[in-house]
Amino acid sequence: MLDSIAAWFVDFGNSFYDNFIKDYRWKYLTTGLTNTLLITLGALILGVVLGFLIALVRTTHDKTGNLKFLNAIAKLYLTVIRGTPVVVQLMIIYFVIFAAVDINIILVAIIAFGLNSAAYVAEIFRSGIMSIDPGQMEAGRSLGLNYTQTTWKIIMPQAVKNVLPALGNEMITLLKETSVAGYIGLQDLTKGGDIIRSRTYEAFLPLIAVAVVYLVLVLILQAGVTCLERRLRQSDRN
Amino acid sequence: MIEINGLTKSFGSLEVLKNITTTINKGDKVVVIGPSGSGKSTFLRCLNLLETPTSGEIWFEGEQINTPKCDIDRLRRKMGMVFQHFNLFPHLTILQNITLAPTTLKLQSKAEAEEKAMTLLGRIGLADKAKAYPAMLSGGQKQRIAIVRALAMNPDVMLFDEPTSALDPEMVGEVLQLMKDLADDGMTMVCVTHEMGFAKEVANRVLFMDEGIIMEESDNPADFFSNPQNPRAKEFLSKVL
Repeated sequence: MLDSIAAWFVDFGNSFYDNFIKDYRWKYLTTGLTNTLLITLGALILGVVLGFLIALVRTTHDKTGNLKFLNAIAKLYLTVIRGTPVVVQLMIIYFVIFAAVDINIILVAIIAFGLNSAAYVAEIFRSGIMSIDPGQMEAGRSLGLNYTQTTWKIIMPQAVKNVLPALGNEMITLLKETSVAGYIGLQDLTKGGDIIRSRTYEAFLPLIAVAVVYLVLVLILQAGVTCLERRLRQSDRN
Repeated sequence: MIEINGLTKSFGSLEVLKNITTTINKGDKVVVIGPSGSGKSTFLRCLNLLETPTSGEIWFEGEQINTPKCDIDRLRRKMGMVFQHFNLFPHLTILQNITLAPTTLKLQSKAEAEEKAMTLLGRIGLADKAKAYPAMLSGGQKQRIAIVRALAMNPDVMLFDEPTSALDPEMVGEVLQLMKDLADDGMTMVCVTHEMGFAKEVANRVLFMDEGIIMEESDNPADFFSNPQNPRAKEFLSKVL
């Protein structure tokens, strides 16, 4: 009995050594993690900024009837992006659009995931803006504030607070979606684990390691969003 | 001060206001009464263009407001509005609620606006709530803050859209008292309300509306309430008084 436990530990130790220590294989994971974080952060910024602008166009059109042309483009964009898989979009952007251009592959991934995330972020922001009682806009306008001032000072702060949980969710989804970056030959975290697997012919440890790293990243993200939510909820206490 | 000429408003095929013509003079305390769906709120909301009239003209202090040329944001600064559901800004403190418009529009410096806000809050006995958020206040307190928020812009006229309809009965009094004080100070007021006591006591003119028409208009509220001429007004008053 004791023998078999000891044997298991020796096996595990050997396996751990083979998968992570030997030939500096852990570097596949750290390089991959760095790339995953870079792509996520870049795509997040692009997605939030672009998504916010799209939401602004859509809601301004719905509320005032202006911006008809921009709204039509935004709707087409949402349909195409949300109607096709992100992997396909990633490959189209890398192998078709940037095929003849010498461009950093990480930048390509940031553009692809950012453009994709923007579509979802846009709908999240839009739902947040539309959920604010029309009386808020009327109160702002009746005080002499114009549409833009009311939107920025009164509608947006409330809308952003309301969509924070959904936005946090989208960040988590985005982080995990970047795991398909390997399709364009990019060494992200998942691909890093994959390379180790192809060297050692062992699936268990590299995959579990990759999964644990993703989980830890998501937990950190979640804690950040919760903390922010708590601060913004200040005005709800009664 | 406000001239309404042939005002008509339709929502789709539904004609809510039919060819309304009347004048609101400086210092008037006009109370608009009538059954639900008579168009009185829509009438009030047309006065500051929260609803765009389908046809007709509205003039405010010598300027026609329902033309594309008119800068309605500038004119709205002079027309305070109070809503049935208060519409305070829940993400801002009471003080910020009051100072937001004057400071954003650069009419007052932050210090000036805050000083004025504190004076106004002191007048209604809510100075200690300056740092509180709207969610922490009672309905009556919220509505009084909403009135003060409108007053902070130094309006020439105040529009009230059923200001006490969403309040618990015991809170109606404090809001009406503040409105009476305003009236005593000489504020021009247009008030849509179901508070007949307030109408009798404060108004110098009563408009009775039904089916989108001003059915009866009286410069003598006491006379109107005791002896209405229009049969619809008679029927309405017999039900509510």
